[in-house]
Amino acid sequence: MFSKIMVPVDLKHLDRMQKSLQAAADLARLYSATVCYVGVTSAEPSELGHGPGEVADRLADLTKTEAAKHGHGGASHLVISHDPTTELDKALHETVGEIGADLVIMATHIPNVTDYIWASHGGSLALHSRASVMLVRG
Amino acid sequence: MAGQDNTQGIPVPEGSADIIDTDYTIGQDNIEGQLGPFGFDIHNPVFIVSGLTIVAFVFYALALPDQAGAVFGWLRPWLTSTFDWFFLGAANVFVLFCLFLIVSPWGSVRLGGKEAAPDYSYMGWFAMLFAAGMGIGLMFFGVLEPVYHMAISEPLGVPSPIGEDGAIIPENVEAARKMGLAATIYHWGLHPWAIYAVVALALALFTFNKGLPLTIRSAFYPIFGEAIWGWVGHVIDILAVFATLFGLATSLGFGAQQANAGLEHVFGIPNNITVQVLLITAITAVALGSVLRGLDGGVKVLSEINMGIAALLLVFVLLAGPTATIVADFFSGLGAYAAGILPLSNPVGRADTGYMQGWTAFYWAWWISWSPFVGMFIARVSRGRTVREFIICVLIIPSLVCVLWMAVFGGVAIDQVLTNPAASSVKTYVIDSYVPELSLFAMLEGLPLATITSVIGIILVVVFFVTSSDSGSLVIDTITAGGKVDAPLPQRVFWCTFEGAVAIVLLVGGGLGALQAMVISTGLPFTVVLLLMCWAILRGLMSEAR
Repeated sequence: MFSKIMVPVDLKHLDRMQKSLQAAADLARLYSATVCYVGVTSAEPSELGHGPGEVADRLADLTKTEAAKHGHGGASHLVISHDPTTELDKALHETVGEIGADLVIMATHIPNVTDYIWASHGGSLALHSRASVMLVRG
Repeated sequence: MAGQDNTQGIPVPEGSADIIDTDYTIGQDNIEGQLGPFGFDIHNPVFIVSGLTIVAFVFYALALPDQAGAVFGWLRPWLTSTFDWFFLGAANVFVLFCLFLIVSPWGSVRLGGKEAAPDYSYMGWFAMLFAAGMGIGLMFFGVLEPVYHMAISEPLGVPSPIGEDGAIIPENVEAARKMGLAATIYHWGLHPWAIYAVVALALALFTFNKGLPLTIRSAFYPIFGEAIWGWVGHVIDILAVFATLFGLATSLGFGAQQANAGLEHVFGIPNNITVQVLLITAITAVALGSVLRGLDGGVKVLSEINMGIAALLLVFVLLAGPTATIVADFFSGLGAYAAGILPLSNPVGRADTGYMQGWTAFYWAWWISWSPFVGMFIARVSRGRTVREFIICVLIIPSLVCVLWMAVFGGVAIDQVLTNPAASSVKTYVIDSYVPELSLFAMLEGLPLATITSVIGIILVVVFFVTSSDSGSLVIDTITAGGKVDAPLPQRVFWCTFEGAVAIVLLVGGGLGALQAMVISTGLPFTVVLLLMCWAILRGLMSEAR
């Protein structure tokens, strides 16, 4: 039913993503799909590395670990954004088309009052993406 | 945005760069959490200390307005008259340093690594750095300064063409006209942009090539080493936040008064606190929208719109005014600037202290106090340029645009004053009585379609404030998040709103003038800081691949 599953990853908060990573691995095995782990970062140095290259390496390491652990095909895709805080939704939406994902599995927070002011990233993607989107509450 | 597939681990994508090996991890001093439903990620001492210090100074200005006014009202002119030689000398060093970098072998070092590609097109990049840097000043001083220097301040002792009785003195006209433009261009040309270029280059180099966080302290790594992660660095960052927020808030307060004066002049809208508070609220609301839309969707778009409108107004004034005279003014102003730049920048033994201390030293302190904000913003959008390209585009091109702007706006205004002084509103508001906020509208009054162009002028003033306010909020947010550019959105909302609130409180309670004087006074310590930065840049460039 699905051939390419996209999993947006926040490398700074991997502890909050275990459920979505597990769900992606289970569904990938069920449908023999490959999983593409997607990160969005800026060009500026961050706690993840001195530049995008180091962040890409971290994402690749995560991909290798998950693929080896769960036995599915894995790839990673890093988007370099001028302003990740505000451009994340657009970056994820464009990446779905770029990598040809047919299912997105994404960790998201429990809804709260701020969702009335600005939508969650998962909610925004589900609203606009043509691919199926599965939101996993953290 | 750029994407990259990575299935086997990739090499550093931007080519070789000399990363500084430090034990510090970005965000290690940050506090991350939730305040109710709002997430936050703030640098522990910098956010809290700068926020509390700002509140304390606002209270001081409100509680003891006379004392604050007296202290800072005295401090600023004392600094610019006592240290005029230092400000002028340092600014000369910055220009020479930038020119040296253009011709030096280090000019080929690329910001972001040897294979980095520019993040923005020339047009988008230039619009952003210009709108953040001095757009609003051009609106305010474009008419005022050329006329004032021609008729009143007498730079380098060039006599005024207007006598005590208000009559034109024909033999003084040509020299005074040229000097009016040259003395203005001097304040808006190479020197201010060299100040911004030094700060921006230092930050871009140490962030994109050395891997340090995008915050002011990073530029001092070659000088202080690992100590910049302690209180030395905290103080530098706190000072930068302090100068940026108060610089923006006080300018916003004065800007609202200027826009209100324009609205009264054109439409008869009452000039009072209520209208000014509404103007600040509107400017802050638009800036908030821009900040929420981000760097590409908000700040860049608004900057480009603003540059487009400003260009239209410039072309209109050029065509509606005495075009041949303006074109001649452009070249004669440029020539007079080239001829006058050495004597005008001479820091010692000057007789024209009114011009040198009251204008030049004041301007240099002002530009320098704004340089952390503008420099950091320019740095953020300049990745991928070579040092040579960076300096040429930040130093030479904006200087030429300023020359053009001053030649057109100042040239038309000077022409109005000299050809028909009795009918010139510019003469009334600049020479006879000093009402600087009306000088632009007075010049436009002498041209066709004055009501329409005045409305465009007011819109430009307001939007230039928005483009300063949104980029300033981004800068403050990044510094107070310890150099993180992806801090939670509510923090940007906080700083943008806080800036508007401080402006309103100071406008209503008094204290705008005192705190603006205080901000300009920070120009003195920052001048020392900038001189150290030149050395840090050289140290940093030496180890880079060319």
